[in-house]
Amino acid sequence: MGGLVYYSSQSGNTARFVERLGLPASRIPISPDAAMPEPAMPYVLICPTYADGEGRGAVAKQVIRFLNDPARRALIRGVIAGGNRNFGPTYALAGRVIAEKCNVPWLSSFELAGTDTDIARIRAGLDRFWGMECSITA
Amino acid sequence: MKDIVKTAATTTVPRAINWNRLQDDKDLEVWNRLTVNFWLPEKVPLSNDVQSWATLRPAERELTIRVFTGLTLLDTIQNSVGAPALLADAQTPHEEAVLTNIAFMEAVHARSYSSIFSTLCLTKEVDEAFRWSEENPHLQAKARLVLEEYAAGADPLKRKIASVFLESFLFYSGFYLPMYWSSRAKLTNTADLIRLIIRDEAVHGYYIGYKFQRAQERLPEAERAALKDFAFALIFDLYEIEAKYTEELYDGLGLTEDVKAFLHYNANKALMNLGYEPLFPPAACEVNPAILAALSPDSENHDFFSGSGSSYVIGKAVATEDEDWDF
Repeated sequence: MGGLVYYSSQSGNTARFVERLGLPASRIPISPDAAMPEPAMPYVLICPTYADGEGRGAVAKQVIRFLNDPARRALIRGVIAGGNRNFGPTYALAGRVIAEKCNVPWLSSFELAGTDTDIARIRAGLDRFWGMECSITA
Repeated sequence: MKDIVKTAATTTVPRAINWNRLQDDKDLEVWNRLTVNFWLPEKVPLSNDVQSWATLRPAERELTIRVFTGLTLLDTIQNSVGAPALLADAQTPHEEAVLTNIAFMEAVHARSYSSIFSTLCLTKEVDEAFRWSEENPHLQAKARLVLEEYAAGADPLKRKIASVFLESFLFYSGFYLPMYWSSRAKLTNTADLIRLIIRDEAVHGYYIGYKFQRAQERLPEAERAALKDFAFALIFDLYEIEAKYTEELYDGLGLTEDVKAFLHYNANKALMNLGYEPLFPPAACEVNPAILAALSPDSENHDFFSGSGSSYVIGKAVATEDEDWDF
């Protein structure tokens, strides 16, 4: 079983989602001056989307800073993106951007702080995903 | 005017806004988002919908015009009363600047519906619908309920709650219809314009909800609990009105239950913007997939978890022009 790393801005939607997920998770800090988490095992990244109408700026700067470190990036196995369907084509776009940049699967998406259905679906999905990961790498 | 200036001068020093000294980074983030997303109705080729409009039956046309006058009323309120009322409670000068942008965009939204009307409809039909909007008891009731919370002397945080409900919940009984038409390949340009409005309202609801959360963090537990009670009572009252409004509008097309699922789903999202848990259970929020697809067309709906797991497609074009993104 791998870990979770997440980013949540001051609005706290993703933090509330991760809290309800009830799995151990490290938070990427909001402040650029604070220390980044240094994962020691493979992890799935959970982060919100901040794209403008053209899709620019989808990934929060702190998430980019976190992933810019090769050692941290080497352990990412998948991404789950928060978003809001009201943003149309750019809904949860951060998932696609990170998946492509890091060459890992975009596992799932949820809106804002997620619903109970999202929590159940993603918790079960993570369980299966880590199972698959182990059988692949074993 | 002179007196006002004099009074202000004796109480506080007039200060110029400095965007290079932020008290809250969210102000700049949202300012940037809103200004980059700026648009005007002239950008959308509404006249391409003329033929499609002609395929609607008279009752469908009447419904569409009525729904759009209802939306115009909410935008008018948010432009002239709602967003300006929030100005007095702003915690930073940058928040004031963002709120004036929000107020102005609400005027653009209200103006857009008139562009749709002048492109597609007869003056007589539109005049009739505006009269209807002044006389419809449900539309008037929701407008009044929100206006009461906006009134001078109202609690600043209750004002924010009402504002988030307007931005993130009350519009959706109306937004449903252009999404429905779009899902049936009708009025697709009008739907493009409505999506621009929906995108703006999403940022507005998010930002006002965020400011609400920041402000209430400083309150004692009992006051926070009282605000939460107020919020749930208000959305329940608004929902009751919305349910009646929805029945009156959509029973004829047999869409009422479909619209209500969309209302539940959006009410929960409005509550999330305030940092609260959902009110409606998942079973009540199963929105018609065609409506969800119309809401976010072309977005990749990834669910590696619940799908067959056969493949996961990783996107091709990536819009990252950020110099920080350097690997």
